[in-house]
Amino acid sequence: MADEALFLLLHNELVSGVYKSAEQGEVENGRCITKLENMGFRVGQGLIERFTKDTARFKDELDIMKFICKDFWTTVFKKQIDNLRTNHQGIYVLQDNKFRLLTQMSAGKQYLEHASKVNFR
Amino acid sequence: MAVCVAVIAKENYPLYIRSVPTENELKFHYMVHTSLDVVDEKISAMGKALVDQRELYLGLLYPTEDYKVYGYVTNSKVKFVMVVDSSNTALRDNEIRSMFRKLHNSYTDVMCNPFYNPGDRIQSRQRVEGQVSSLNWTVSLCRAFDSMVTSMMIQVC
Repeated sequence: MADEALFLLLHNELVSGVYKSAEQGEVENGRCITKLENMGFRVGQGLIERFTKDTARFKDELDIMKFICKDFWTTVFKKQIDNLRTNHQGIYVLQDNKFRLLTQMSAGKQYLEHASKVNFR
Repeated sequence: MAVCVAVIAKENYPLYIRSVPTENELKFHYMVHTSLDVVDEKISAMGKALVDQRELYLGLLYPTEDYKVYGYVTNSKVKFVMVVDSSNTALRDNEIRSMFRKLHNSYTDVMCNPFYNPGDRIQSRQRVEGQVSSLNWTVSLCRAFDSMVTSMMIQVC
């Protein structure tokens, strides 16, 4: 169980590190978020190559989505996706009710105190 | 003994292509290019027999008078194509499968290299100033890929 906490802390620091090293104006125009997304995309690519090495060939899009929701999510987050919805025209909505990277943070005092102060426009 | 090995990206451009240097290499490049059509046909799930298989190994794509071409596709739609000498009758299906397995393992290692950008060519010869440490790591991993392909080409069956 200890290694989960390590990754969680590293993950949180990653986000704050990217924001701290951001230059003037980058926070507003979303470049920090783009950087984080690109990092996640690259890591995901490597993970997917490793995991799909031994699985059968995917027949169609639904197969791919089922693989992501069941096998991939279980291997990375140790649980399955709770809800998968589609409009059968290429849009898929994946719902995870207890995202493991955020559960520790969302139950903490600091978040509960500050969340109410954030102004949602 | 493989005469030519190629790794083709999802968008059908070559990431890595290497042939035995004794012959006219353009011929092998052309053969790999034409085999892409056959690969596309096999993965487009036409006909019941193909759908039932669902394997990554595609088998013999097409034979010519001197060579045989084998194919393999990963789940990220990266294709591996191997051209083998026809005179080598001792090469069995299992051996080709294991060669493709090793190729797939090496390719996965290259993908996981943080200094490798997906879509770049897999090459072990780079002349870049600065950032010597990252260069060494990329070079060593691509060199591992290179040496694995070399071992497949000089393998004696």
